[in-house]
Amino acid sequence: MQLTADGKLKHFLTIEGLPPLLLEEILDRSQQFVTLPNKTQVQAPLLRGKTVMNLFFENSTRTRTTFELAAKRLSADLVNLDIRNSATTKGESLLDTIRNLEAMGCDMFVVRHSSSGAAHFIARYCAPHISVINAGDGRHAHPTQAMLDVLTIRQNKGDFTPLKVAIVGDIKHSRVARSQIHALSTLCTGEIRLIGPKTLMPVGIEQMGVTVYDDIEEGINGVDVIIMLRLQHERMNTALLPSVREYYARYGLTEERLQLAKSDAIVMHPGPVNRGVEIDSRVADGPQSVILQQVSNGIAVRMAIMSMVMSSQAIEDSEASKA
Amino acid sequence: MSKKTTLIKNGRVINPATGLDEITDVAIQKKKIIGIGNTIPSDFKADKSIEAKDLWVLPGIVDLSAYLREPGQENKTRIPFETYAAASAGITQICCMPETASPLDNGATVKLIRSKVKQAGFSQVSVIGALTQDLKGEQLSHMGSLKYVGCVGVSQGWNSIKDLATLRKAMEYAATFELPLFLHPLNHSLMMQGGMHEGALATRLGLQPIPVAAETAAMAKIIALVEETNSPVHFCRLSTAKGISLLKKAKEEGLPITADVAAHQLFLTEMDLSDYNPLCHVIPPLRSMRDRDALRQAVSDGVIDAICSDHQPHEVDAKLAPFEETSAGISAFETLLPLTMRLVEEGVISESQAIGFLTHKPAAIIKAKTGRLEVGAPANLSLFDPQQFWQVEPEKLLSHGKNTPFTGWGFSGKTMQTMVKGKIVYLADKQ
Repeated sequence: MQLTADGKLKHFLTIEGLPPLLLEEILDRSQQFVTLPNKTQVQAPLLRGKTVMNLFFENSTRTRTTFELAAKRLSADLVNLDIRNSATTKGESLLDTIRNLEAMGCDMFVVRHSSSGAAHFIARYCAPHISVINAGDGRHAHPTQAMLDVLTIRQNKGDFTPLKVAIVGDIKHSRVARSQIHALSTLCTGEIRLIGPKTLMPVGIEQMGVTVYDDIEEGINGVDVIIMLRLQHERMNTALLPSVREYYARYGLTEERLQLAKSDAIVMHPGPVNRGVEIDSRVADGPQSVILQQVSNGIAVRMAIMSMVMSSQAIEDSEASKA
Repeated sequence: MSKKTTLIKNGRVINPATGLDEITDVAIQKKKIIGIGNTIPSDFKADKSIEAKDLWVLPGIVDLSAYLREPGQENKTRIPFETYAAASAGITQICCMPETASPLDNGATVKLIRSKVKQAGFSQVSVIGALTQDLKGEQLSHMGSLKYVGCVGVSQGWNSIKDLATLRKAMEYAATFELPLFLHPLNHSLMMQGGMHEGALATRLGLQPIPVAAETAAMAKIIALVEETNSPVHFCRLSTAKGISLLKKAKEEGLPITADVAAHQLFLTEMDLSDYNPLCHVIPPLRSMRDRDALRQAVSDGVIDAICSDHQPHEVDAKLAPFEETSAGISAFETLLPLTMRLVEEGVISESQAIGFLTHKPAAIIKAKTGRLEVGAPANLSLFDPQQFWQVEPEKLLSHGKNTPFTGWGFSGKTMQTMVKGKIVYLADKQ
């Protein structure tokens, strides 16, 4: 569904099932868009005349802003819709919202929604010329985040095959973790470890080719990459964890624990960071942290993906005009 | 004889209740069967005769669960459409379940339904009333009055009940009026807002899981109360292998417990949800392959007492949303008999067993004398052509709910005529 008949990216909904070469292509292209510090921003007219609609049914600052910047740097027209406060609260169905926006004329939807499968749903029912990019759906997927994470890993570590990567925290509710696992395993990462208490570990996750650890000290021993996940505060209210304090004591990434990983290990976090909950400030701001590098990569990756789905559209258009 | 009489000639008459299965005639006078084969009175003269050569004459299907949506949700469908759709599928008696939008907790609503059904004049409807007022799980419903207006049982539907003490009292009160209790074993606190079987696939799709324990924990509690009160309970829609073993054990101990399964649970599994297909959104959820096989085994062993449609017609919009936001349920009248007959093709049960699971067995659960082709029984029956091949096309379903996951499935065998109380209520188009 995400790919055109000739294997080009039409929508970007999930990493699951995408061929490794396509992921490499996204990474290569993203790398071209990466701006070095103190250099002028890369500007490209690849999306000139195209309209991108940012459809955020759920809160977001970072993801929405980076999509916005990415679209602008590609010269697209961009509309930000904060749907939480408008149509759907008046009882309009998701499909009606989509149909209305289509009628206004647009080429791409960037969608964040609290229901798993929402981006798939929109891709299935929207007009055929529109591309959908999933900016996070429920607990299912957040594929652009995972791509920027693997880009950051590649920039720091190169080849994925010898790497040991640990993902720490609330795996159960995390779409980021699911997409990271798919991206890392598609790119043949040596070992993927998941670390967290049993209440935050979803049933059957081992079948995605990962090893599960209850103990962070055991889990991060000798790893090359540590990805910390954000802990949502409402998890305390649903009997998943006793307190923030206990979580930090058992699973927080401290300087001492970081020493158990390889000496050149990098520390990542999709943000926003809860300092003193999942990670010590000294680690978050320390020399091994690449958290801000992730954020700048976010723009490059989103530029790459937006331009790729639009170029598949351009091919379809030209074929349609030939026919 | 002056009264209106009909003779169905040369059909293969199957009556699983007595093991009858032979090519013979059925004589009907007014609303009842007055003779089959050699029990037909010698002075019987038919006003009308129906040639049933190469057809099967089946007892009318008694469907233990359907939602007719009226009164309360007329935007989904109405009673005449659904009772006609049922008739077209050989279903002559429908048990209508209470739901939040239509709690069926008072005599007036039940009477309204009965009068609409009578006016429509297709399949019959037996109402299963609410166990608690407004299905809120707190105060007992007026079960005495519900019994008086003809309810065949009481149920809490999908709604939860306040606590075990309330459930126990409700069970005892229902037993006072000999109203069978239809309980959906689902522990609400364990299922969250989930819509999918807990397992690797739900994790992959990021859908909220419903664990097996949501069913077994609820069953174990109910069984403990049955042991104490000895009130009869019918478990609606079992879905798990572990649930089946609890049921088996309870039955071996001689507890007054029966259970049914929805036909779709015997065919579909969690794998059918892998592209977020909202048409496969059902409660209880489609389970693993192992669970499905255990349900089939339980049908074949007779641990399960009945197969039902769990018909839940929806308007198109109810299924046009991301998976978890869609309404659960399948429009299932028209696939009930075909799916059950497919179990025969797949070697799970015999023809006679298959018909039994749809007719006299469910009838016994609601203490009805229907579902049988016997002298004196109401003439509720259907003529089934085992040779007719057809494919499911949603737009061709007679139900106003087009929400079927079985689109494109091919079935051999089709209902050609349906009779309720001696009157033909459905006649298939001759092709």
